[in-house]
Order: sequence, then structure tokens, then C-alpha cells
Amino acid sequence: MHTKSENADFYIQKDRQEMPRKAYIRYTAAFAILLVLLVLFIIWNINSGSIHISVKEIIQILFQKQGDETSYNIVWEIRFPRILAALILGGALSVSGFLLQTFFNNPIAGPFVLGISSGAKLVVSLVMIYMLERAAVASSGLLIVAAFGGSMISMGFVLIIAKKVKNMSILVISGTMIGYICSAVTDFVITFADDSNIVNLHNWSMGSFSGISWENVRLVAAVIFFCMIFTFLMSKPISAYQLGEAYAQNMGVNIKAFRMALILLSSILSACVTAFAGPVSFVGIAVPHLVKSLLKTAKPILVIPGCFLGGAVFCLFCDLIARTVFAPTELSISSVTAVFGAPVVIYIMIRRKRTMQ
Amino acid sequence: MSEYFVRTEQMTVGYDGKPLIRDIEIRMRQGEILTLIGPNGAGKSTILKSMTRQLKLIGGAVYLDSEVMSRMSGNDVAKKLAVVMTERIRPELMTCEDIVATGRYPYTGTLGLLTKQDREKVREAMELVHTLEFKDRDFTAVSDGQRQRVLLARAICQDPEVIVLDEPTSFLDIRHKLELLSVLKKMVLKKHMAVLMSLHELDLAQKISDYVICVHGDKIEKYGTPEEIFTSDYIHHLYGITSGSYNEHFGCLEMERPPGKPQVFVIGGNSAGIPVYRKLQRAGIPFAAGVLHRNDTDYEVAKALAAAVITEDPFFPVSSESYEKARKIMISCRKVICCTDEFGPGNQKNRDLLQEAEKIGIEIEKI
Repeated sequence: MHTKSENADFYIQKDRQEMPRKAYIRYTAAFAILLVLLVLFIIWNINSGSIHISVKEIIQILFQKQGDETSYNIVWEIRFPRILAALILGGALSVSGFLLQTFFNNPIAGPFVLGISSGAKLVVSLVMIYMLERAAVASSGLLIVAAFGGSMISMGFVLIIAKKVKNMSILVISGTMIGYICSAVTDFVITFADDSNIVNLHNWSMGSFSGISWENVRLVAAVIFFCMIFTFLMSKPISAYQLGEAYAQNMGVNIKAFRMALILLSSILSACVTAFAGPVSFVGIAVPHLVKSLLKTAKPILVIPGCFLGGAVFCLFCDLIARTVFAPTELSISSVTAVFGAPVVIYIMIRRKRTMQ
Repeated sequence: MSEYFVRTEQMTVGYDGKPLIRDIEIRMRQGEILTLIGPNGAGKSTILKSMTRQLKLIGGAVYLDSEVMSRMSGNDVAKKLAVVMTERIRPELMTCEDIVATGRYPYTGTLGLLTKQDREKVREAMELVHTLEFKDRDFTAVSDGQRQRVLLARAICQDPEVIVLDEPTSFLDIRHKLELLSVLKKMVLKKHMAVLMSLHELDLAQKISDYVICVHGDKIEKYGTPEEIFTSDYIHHLYGITSGSYNEHFGCLEMERPPGKPQVFVIGGNSAGIPVYRKLQRAGIPFAAGVLHRNDTDYEVAKALAAAVITEDPFFPVSSESYEKARKIMISCRKVICCTDEFGPGNQKNRDLLQEAEKIGIEIEKI
């Protein structure tokens, strides 16, 4: 007994000085790495494309808003909004994934695998076609609302299934099936819609950050900004919820309100993405996992901002690949995120084999 | 101190609006341990879940510190009542210390950041249940016993006045069972906490509880001190024991006695008979035991296992009647086992039995 407590004392003393500092160094380093990568990919993205524009010119365009008109348009009207979209939407998507993983207590839950993105895609394409037939253009706000509605429909089905089965693999499989059904209906609708804009619609339905306007970016940035603030303020109940519903309840979390908030926030965040970039696969699962591994903690207060940054970096990186590797042909963003994201999902499943059963 | 800290009034609990147990009246003071016992599926967990607001009450009310619990805010309840559940949790990337620190939840601000004081409380709680040594290990990587202690530390650092535990000793080995219950006793005595829990181990329940509640059927069948509850008859009834028996003095369980007429006669006394009784029971050989004083430990086991026990009043020499009774049974047996060679004025007649057996020519085994 005596030696035991002495040992413990020794441990505490050693610990008080070392442990927190070690953790803080890790957190600081992780965020620094993410920020550096973010800046790096922004610069890289703005510099690459089918038309070469010198760095000096880009700087002039961005900060002094002057330069050759074509270059100005390419940098200011095409590349820069696209970069911002990838950054903001990528961040939103991975935070949405993190919230869903918390909600379902399932590391492979995400807006894409649960069919939520596809539900949003279906309703958005219906709205777009409806508007096109009437020769009108759907406003950014309408698209977000449509995507949110679609998300909630898919989410409703997923929730019903989740109530019936507790097995997380079955939940994910069911979600994927819902996703397939929605995608099939979307393809069907797009195929039979007659309009010259169909090509655009088709691109969007495959997932792409291209063609995003400043107007879109402004609205999305505002919506996501508020959602992120709410999400961040929810870090405390999320941390309680990580111990399971029973403990969270005992800690004083209003479970019903909390679950509702999680669903709404994750749906709005992923709806914004789907409304403008179409369905983007695997970011919602892979990024939270990578960020948690990098930080070596699941504390929401760190993981939420970490996920946003990580998602931004991941999507900027994937978008860079999507538009440069086979330039001038552009890959769909989902193809690229799948290549990097799916292996992470497989890895999580293998590692979690025991809990999956 | 006559004020009840936790009180239920005609509480009816159940799932999905279907009542399972009706009109539960629990009264608990601070500094008391109240234990729920009863067969599997009787509804012990249901009662505990209802009293911690995880299940909606079907009827009645729970009072915590003379306030109606359902009207209190989540945070106020959390400051007074902490739980340790049976459900296994698998949190991701959380150290044992992180888990304990969640106990400070009701005291931290909007973002849940821990102050120096909070950290001190966490450390204190972890020290109390000897978990400091592995505080930086991942919660999912420690043993069941350690995990249970971490969860107890979590409950303690929540600074509650009541701790509710659902079968806290399941999954624990005997050392950790005893340690956990000792800590609970310590919390009760030192911090004047109240403990409400369910236990499967009757022996431990009997020893640690101030009051015991028996859940059986659709009601609280009995509610009283361990002395009132733990009688053989009642425990047999409560658990519907039909094979084997419960010994109220030892608080232990005995296997079923071998059926049939006694084939072996065991002369015991002074605890020497117990191993022989058990051996015969395991071999399925019915036996008779005698002559035993009713204050002999042999008697407690013999009455559960022997086909016949010939007894004598405590502190009196074995009487001629008892001797006669024993002799009658002995001569119908094929073998006599004598477990003692100590014969004094009290059990003189047992030596006579042995000599009688020799005379008749029954096989004798001396141990």
C-alpha cells in the first residue's frame, strides 16, 4: 500500500509538469501543420490551371485588384471562389461527419455513406429541373433549402432504421442503399429532363467544386459560419455524449434537444455542400478519423476546429488533383476523395472489427 | 437527520408506458447504503434507471433533497446524483483521466474547460479508488476492474450526495469486488453520501447494506434491514430456489443434497465433517450426519447436504435419545466415516457410536 501511494505521488509530480505540456505541444503542432498545409494548398491551387498566370500577377489581382482582364477573371471569378468553396465546404462536410459519428456512436457514419448527401442531391436536382423548365435559375438560398429538405428525408429513413437495429454495419449498409435509391432516381430524372443545361446538372450530380459563384460562396460562408459557432458551443454536451446516452443524461444534458441539434446541424452543413458541389464522398468519415489520430484525442473542443481545418485541406488537395492531373479533363471530386478516403474507412473497419460484431 | 434525502412516492416504473413494478416507496437518508436484490429480470435496473431519469416514470414521483426530481434542471440533478451504469462504454481515444474528468461536467462553463480546482478534484477522486497509476492509459485498454473503478472515480468527482450504481460488482474478481465496496463504505462514512445500488452477490449485499429492498413480481416485496431480509426461507422464496439452499448464517449457497436413503454415516463435529460432506455430495452419495451440536459449524453444512442429521442442543452432552436415533440410522448404512478422534464429555456418545459400528462390523473409515 505504502509503496503504491508513493509511486502515485511520484507519478503526479512528474506528470503535472510533463503531461499537459506534452499534450499542448501536440495540439499546437497539429494545428500549425494543418494551417501550413491550408496556406500551401491555397497557393498551389491558385497557381495551377490550364492557363499559366505568374505569381506576381496573381498577387496583383488578389491584393490590388488589377491586371490583365482574362487573368483577372480566371483568378478572381473562377479560381478564387472555387478555392473558397473547397475550403468552406470541405470543412463543413467533415464537421458534419463528426457530428453524425457522435450521434450514431459509429466511426464510419457520414453524410455520404448514410445516404444523406444522395437524398439532398435528389431533391436539389428535382428543384433545378423544375426551375430550368420554367427558364428560371434556382437561387443559392433555394438550393440550400432543397438540399436540407432532401437531407432530412434521408435522415428520417436512417433514424427509423437506427431505432430498429443497433448494429452499426447494418445501419451503414442501409444508409448506402438509401443513397443508391436516391442516386438512381436522380439519374433517371436527369436523363429524361430535356434541357441544354443538362450537362451542367450532370457534372454537379457527380460532385464538383467548379462553377461556384461569389454569390454562392457568400451565402454558404454565412450559413456555415453560424453552424460552426453553434457546433463549437456544443463541444461540451458532445463530450458528455461520447460516454453514451445514460451518462450524458446524468451529467445534465437534455438528450432530446441535443440529438435534435446534432441532426439539424449535421444536415445543414452537409446540405450546403450538396447544394453547390453535389455529393462528395468519404470526406466526412476519413477527415475526422485522421484529425483524431493526429491530435491523439477525441475532445470535441479540439476535434471540431481540427475537422474544419482538416476537411478544408483535404478538399483543397483533392480538388487540386481533380483539376490538374488529367487537365484539361476534370475528374469529379468524389472520385478523388474516394481514392484517398475509402482506404481510411476500410482501415477503421478492420481496426474496429471487434466492436462491429 | 430524520429528513429523507431520496424519497419515492408511489413510483410506478416500466417501459413504453407498461407498468412493471408498482407503488415503490423508497426512503433514503444520507450516510446509508440501500441495496436492491431480486431475481434476474425482476426490474432492479428499471427502478434505478427510473430514479436517475433515464426512464420516464409511469406514475408517482421521485424527490431528491425534498425537490421533485422531474422538475429539477439536468445540471442541478447532476450536482446531487451521480451514476455508474452496467452498460459497457467504448469511448474513443479517451484516457482514464479524461473519463473521470467528465464527472466535473455540471461544474464547468459553456465550453467545459477544467479549472485548476476541477483538476484537483479529479486527482483526489482517482487517488481514492487507486486509479492514478493508470490515469494516462486509454480507457478501452484497461481491465474490467480498473474500468469500474475509473467509472466510480468519475461519479465521486461529480461531488454528488447520492451515487446510484447498477450492479457495480459484475465483471469484477473478488479482490476488486471487496475494494469497490470498501470505497463505497468509505464514501458513506466520510462524506456522508447515500448509495443506492443493485447487487447480485447476496453475501456482499448482506454485509454492506443498511437497508435492503427485494424486487419480486410487480412490487417491492420486502424492504428492511439485512437481518430481516436474509433468512433462508425468504431468500428461497425470493429467488424461487428449488435445488440447493441458502444458508442465512454464512450467507452462502449450498448445492442440492443427494437424494435417497443414507448410505454412509458421518461422525463429525468441530468443522471436521464439512470436507467429507462436500465430497459425498459431489459423489452423489446420500449420507447421514451425527451427532452434531446445533452450534457446530458442521451442523450448518450438514443440514443442507445430509439426508438425515442427528442433532443435540448446544452445550449439552449427547443424550441417550440422540444416540439411539443415530445408531438406528447408522446400522442401516454400509459405511461409517469418522472425522474426529477428539472425544470429550460433550461428544462421548459419538465414540460409543464408533465402537458400536466396529462391533457390528460396518466398514469404518477414519480421517
